[in-house]
Amino acid sequence: MKNKRDILLTVAGLVVLFGAACYAQFEMGSYVRRIINLCLIYAIIGLSMNLTNGFAGQFSLGQAGFMAVGAYVVGIFTVPVELRPNVFYAEPMNPLIADIQMPLWLAQLVGGLLSALIAFLIGWPVLRLRGDYLAIATLGFSEIIRIVITNAQSWTNGALGIKDIPALNDVRYIFIATAITFLFVTCLINSSYGRAFKAIREDEIAAEAMGVGLFKHKCMAFMISAFFAGIGGGLYATLLGTVDPKNFLFTLTYNFLLIIVLGGMGSITGSMLGSIIVTAGLEYLRVFDEPLELFGMAIPLFRPGFRMVIFSVLLMACVLFWRKGIMGTNEFTWEKFMAFCKNPVKYFTQKGAN
Amino acid sequence: MSTVLKTESITMRFGGVTAVNELKLNIEEHKIVALIGPNGAGKTTAFNMITGVYTPTEGKVKYTAPGKDEVDITGKRPSDIAKMGIARTFQNIRLFKDLSVYENVMIAKHLHLKSDVFSATLHLPWYNAEQREMEKDVEELLRKVDLWELRNEKASSLPYGQQRRLEIVRALATGPKLLLLDEPAAGMNPKETAELTEFIRQIRDEYNLTIFMIEHHMDLVMEISDWIYVLDFGMEIAQGTPADIQNNTRVIEAYLGVDEDA
Amino acid sequence: MLIVYGGEEMEFFQAILNMSASSLAQHFVNGFSLGSLYALIAIGYTMVYGILLMINFAHADIVMMACYFAFFGITVFHIPWYLTFVGVIIATAILGVVIERTAYRPLREAPKNSVLISAIGASFLLENLANYLFSGRPLSFPDIPLLSQNIAIGEVQIQAICLVIPVMTFLSLAVLLHIVNHTKTGMAMRAVSKDYEIARVMGVNIDRVISTTFIIGSALAAIGAFMWGVRYPGITPYLGVMPGLKCFIAAVIGGIGNIKGAVLGGFILGLGEIFIVAFFPQLSGYRDAFAFIVLIIILFYKPTGLLGVKTTEKV
Repeated sequence: MKNKRDILLTVAGLVVLFGAACYAQFEMGSYVRRIINLCLIYAIIGLSMNLTNGFAGQFSLGQAGFMAVGAYVVGIFTVPVELRPNVFYAEPMNPLIADIQMPLWLAQLVGGLLSALIAFLIGWPVLRLRGDYLAIATLGFSEIIRIVITNAQSWTNGALGIKDIPALNDVRYIFIATAITFLFVTCLINSSYGRAFKAIREDEIAAEAMGVGLFKHKCMAFMISAFFAGIGGGLYATLLGTVDPKNFLFTLTYNFLLIIVLGGMGSITGSMLGSIIVTAGLEYLRVFDEPLELFGMAIPLFRPGFRMVIFSVLLMACVLFWRKGIMGTNEFTWEKFMAFCKNPVKYFTQKGAN
Repeated sequence: MSTVLKTESITMRFGGVTAVNELKLNIEEHKIVALIGPNGAGKTTAFNMITGVYTPTEGKVKYTAPGKDEVDITGKRPSDIAKMGIARTFQNIRLFKDLSVYENVMIAKHLHLKSDVFSATLHLPWYNAEQREMEKDVEELLRKVDLWELRNEKASSLPYGQQRRLEIVRALATGPKLLLLDEPAAGMNPKETAELTEFIRQIRDEYNLTIFMIEHHMDLVMEISDWIYVLDFGMEIAQGTPADIQNNTRVIEAYLGVDEDA
Repeated sequence: MLIVYGGEEMEFFQAILNMSASSLAQHFVNGFSLGSLYALIAIGYTMVYGILLMINFAHADIVMMACYFAFFGITVFHIPWYLTFVGVIIATAILGVVIERTAYRPLREAPKNSVLISAIGASFLLENLANYLFSGRPLSFPDIPLLSQNIAIGEVQIQAICLVIPVMTFLSLAVLLHIVNHTKTGMAMRAVSKDYEIARVMGVNIDRVISTTFIIGSALAAIGAFMWGVRYPGITPYLGVMPGLKCFIAAVIGGIGNIKGAVLGGFILGLGEIFIVAFFPQLSGYRDAFAFIVLIIILFYKPTGLLGVKTTEKV
């Protein structure tokens, strides 16, 4: 955001979108709202993943785990106290937390902070090492989180999951959370710290020689990313209304991986686009899981599981043939937007020439 | 003249290979000092020990920022060493390739940033003041070295000579007291080398630097250096003024005698 | 994990004292055979990492596919199990090479993260394909009475496969070490893993070396998978995931790129896991977390792994 005009336009854009969110809230059915909300939540988590993987170049696969942390904190602390005996019927809730109830925003915040703290604990030993160990450590962590959740019966209700989470299918609230995340990440990336992250991505040795402390900055990016993944996880919990350990299989992380690869690793607006396409796409692809009959003939390919096959082929195809994704490391800017509005043909032909 | 950098018998072994053996350097303020020697003599390894990329197997590296006390920097992180005022370039240019010229130099300013990450993200007034300061400095620096017009170009799209220059400028932007240049003239033609010679002198005077460089272009080395160290098989075989070195028989045997460029 | 309250600590020593020699032996055999399986699979990870510097996420799913191949061979096509065993090895080796050709080779010059994503994609694709083709319902690995029978040695009841597994592992390891250390192919492999560029300049056929690596790694995975199936007969599309993660960890804690290290790591994890559960039954739910905790501890004290050598990046 270089100048006043761009800031104004961005604010105006957000206001218009907020208006659209209000419209969606009042005028659209709950199914559509649910999809919009899912897009928005996925955008938050996609952004958080892009921060580590796309901007700081640290390959983390822990998003599902951090989401689980946020989701469970929201689950545990927002279920009304009087409903808890009902939820925790197998084993009563631990007396330490049995009487603590929080409003959603506070629980979300606590969940985000707890995620960030856990990120620090994982990052502390692992971020000093060769980069790709982070992938395994975070993947392992997201499984450990599930193991812990499944076993800590009196805290999390174990494999039974937590139900009766006050459901929130409110587009406005989730839109605001997404907008805040978007603005935060954008401002962070455009600050000196954001440049330091990119420097680490480009060349760790050179970055370090220019005085960028590797561990400090990697840890910072990783913790901020975990924070937002936790926030997103909290929203996810309220959207579902229930959480259970199976919601947070590590394969969930692959959704966000596709979002950032498709949108462009290292592009904020790319992640936003990616999340819309992937979420809507996954919904749309559901038809592939239903048996399909054309002219009285059953098409043999269509049966449960086909959707995920297509999804994984897309992920592969994207990284094999379209490595830069939609945006590459570029961003949507108002300048480009105006150039495009003035003369779309010229915009693309010039782009082609470059 | 006070000493800026001193190494006390630093030795670096990789497995069974001794890359640098008991090297003693003494670099004085405001001097241009060259480190020469045949390929594989251990010159870059010495640089890496000074800048913290490697920790010496034995020996100590001591650094005295002008007007400050001597500090032992052996084994410190490269980023901490950079903060103390030692900057470097690399033998095979290590720019942030996909970032712009401007960003490359701005990153080098990051180490002096006092604002924490939240004030930076929220662009709070004290961060903005710092940011403006950084922008001003970078603009001034880029204009001075004729890279301002190219500021929005990707670093990797610059011609080779410009990339070398940008790398030096990036190192300068960290505000060093001691600048280490690893083969700054590698791959340059005589005209470019002459320009570079002038450039090095100019920045030395303008930014009051001490310069320590590895170089193979003997005309550059002989013209510009105040003092020269010669390394062969990890050992110092000679040191002295350019005139001394040119007449040193051991150096001629080990190095000059076989180097057609000399 | 060792933080226990005073009372439980007593229980722990009591548990060891109460544990008769026979049940100790029982646990040891179980741990040793599990460790052998981990070792076999870990070798595949370590070899690929040694040469391509990438985590072959799909390796775990190669194990899973091998189990399905065995199922189809024996249960569906009624091929004798020993012939199926050979067939599974061949089919799995082919699968490994196909994955390398399609998912990794086109990205050889690409940034490391792209290759990692491609590996994840390949892994995910195999899982989803298995889920789609063979349905997500667990299938039962065909029973091979010869291998699954119980043998009584004194008081100890041991499944025959538990004795076969370590033998097969050490046989495979001996063959592998012979190939790596005493054949021309092995020399080429070592050269590529030492310095990819130099090896290429020296005329080593990189593509062939990489294919060979995938053939060997996948063949070992197939052997491991077959025995895994006999020992733990439930086959699901996701059966490879946990063992896969643990085996990669085994390779890392042993020192990535080092074959003997992978074997060592495999045994540490296998024995550790079984004994943790044996001594602390109340922790059995956390069994799968053990490997990750060992990983973090070992990496913290010895970042290059137990048998790893320190490498310095050229600057």
